Amino acid sequence: MEQEKKMKPIWYFVGIMLSAMGVVILVSGIVNYADPQVSTTVLSELHPALWWGGIMIVAGLIFLLANRKASVD
Amino acid sequence: MQSIQLAFSDWLIIALYFGFVLGIGVYLKRFTKNENDFFLAGRKNSSWVAGLAFLSANLGALELLGMTGNTFKYGMYVAHFYWIGAIPAMIFLGLYMMPFYYSSKIKSVPGYLKLRFDEKTRVLNGIAFAVMTLLVSGINLYAMALVLHTFLGWDWNVSMWISAATVAAYVTLSGLLSAIFTEIIQFFLIWFGLFLVSILGIIEIGSVNEIFQRVNELYKTVSYTTLWSSSGDPSLNGMMITWGGIVLGLGFVLSFGYWTTDFLVVQRAFSAKDLRAARMTPILASFFKMAVPFIVILTGLIAIVLANDTKSGFSLMQDGGQVNYDSALPLLIARYYPPGLVGLGVTALLAGFMAGQAGNISAFNTVWTYDIYQSVLNKKASEEHLLWMGRMATIVGILLSVGTAYWAKSFPSIMDYMQAIFSWVNAPLFATMLLGMFVRWITPNAAFWGLLAGMGSSFTLFLAVKFNWIDGAIITMSSVASDQAANFWRAWWAWLICFVVTIALSPFTKRKPDEELVGLVKGLTPAVSSQGIAWYRKPEPYAVISIVVLIILNIYFW
Repeated sequence: MEQEKKMKPIWYFVGIMLSAMGVVILVSGIVNYADPQVSTTVLSELHPALWWGGIMIVAGLIFLLANRKASVD
Repeated sequence: MQSIQLAFSDWLIIALYFGFVLGIGVYLKRFTKNENDFFLAGRKNSSWVAGLAFLSANLGALELLGMTGNTFKYGMYVAHFYWIGAIPAMIFLGLYMMPFYYSSKIKSVPGYLKLRFDEKTRVLNGIAFAVMTLLVSGINLYAMALVLHTFLGWDWNVSMWISAATVAAYVTLSGLLSAIFTEIIQFFLIWFGLFLVSILGIIEIGSVNEIFQRVNELYKTVSYTTLWSSSGDPSLNGMMITWGGIVLGLGFVLSFGYWTTDFLVVQRAFSAKDLRAARMTPILASFFKMAVPFIVILTGLIAIVLANDTKSGFSLMQDGGQVNYDSALPLLIARYYPPGLVGLGVTALLAGFMAGQAGNISAFNTVWTYDIYQSVLNKKASEEHLLWMGRMATIVGILLSVGTAYWAKSFPSIMDYMQAIFSWVNAPLFATMLLGMFVRWITPNAAFWGLLAGMGSSFTLFLAVKFNWIDGAIITMSSVASDQAANFWRAWWAWLICFVVTIALSPFTKRKPDEELVGLVKGLTPAVSSQGIAWYRKPEPYAVISIVVLIILNIYFW
């Protein structure tokens, strides 16, 4: 009989979401870095998308890796 | 104002969010097998999951926009909503009320009223809560469509129907389980999506001290940066309220009424896997609640500084000659966020709106199914039928919310009633709950008439001031008062009337036998045993730490 699959914890999904969104933001930050005319927002010289996207990826990966084998009983 | 333009990366972030929440709904459907799974998320959540969902159910986008705007309008007194206006009540719920709620295995707050008092009190509160929930849900939906239309230029009908259909899909599929999952997703989106506004605002202005200093220079006679030192005289603070109104109206009645009895938030604690986790739920949430002002208050103060600096080029929107305070946060997102991050900021607001609606609908479907449908219309309904009814209630509830949203569009002034609604329903209910849990001689009939008198008086006082039948100063005990101050005081009077009427009628009406009140009333319920639980896993130490942090914050910003 096929063993019933256990539910993944919410933290696993939080990890996927933060990583995926982080990648999109990081890539748009790289595009903006290469061509500063893309965005002329206040403090754009700090390239917030670049480092904030990176922070999101790191946070996402921590959640993802810490919960990759976890399940809810 | 010109709409905020979204780039491809922004649309991709928004699409990721929609795909994600729908995917979660489909994924969780296979784990939603019975009514317990649908209405109580299987009662298997840890205190962290339940705690973050408990907080997030309250952390809607309307609140984020409104509180940032309120900080612009009233100053730092808005932080009272997050500190004295929340933390003591959350701790009280965790330490003292949760054992009665959780141990009686009820599925809803009105369910407790049925056990402690009788069916009619349960139905009265069930109907009031259901109506309140649908009104709040509909107004939220309207507000979301309005924000998206104003700032992004999106079509009003399209944005409302797409978000309503998405919420309907995932809540119908897996009930409270998916509502809780999306609330936690929303929690992270709000922090990652909006906290950066505070960081960039601090960088632009110089420092947090500089922000406070410049706000103080702007408001020399009225304090916008303190919490208590100017509360002795209402003319000295932006909210125009005294410490008495803050402590009695907000800190005691409105706060305890909302955090300890509003089923929208308490339902999250019911989903915890055991009593310890249920008691820890609001206590853990209290730490995160205390942190929210670092987004909303700070952002509001940053907006004040920038709006008064002609070189910044920043100003709030004007609607028909009046300042639109709620525009502060979206305009700061537009000011600082480049492509990609704009999508994240918009998604954080969208998630706040949608998770807030899912929270309201999941609470509504439970109260409708158990406290109105099963209690009055179909007492012999089977478990399968109740599960089906919960799903139907979700769809009908969403449709009624959409109807309310169209109503709100026709009569935008009903937005003004949002805060007032809580003082009609929650404030008197807190008196009923408090007496019910801690005084054994309170009778069912006294509780019913007390609750009705409290709700009726709060509603009547609202109308009386609104249509100038009486002078508002009678309620606020001050000739100077804001709308917020009037809400705080009206809540206090509604609570007091319910409290007094319930006590006064009890000696003349029939009590329930003590044996029927075991597990429901203090004195007839065994004390919570913490034997075998390590001290660092008990709720009490965390409650003490939370209160100490609260005291430190209040003294620091005194």
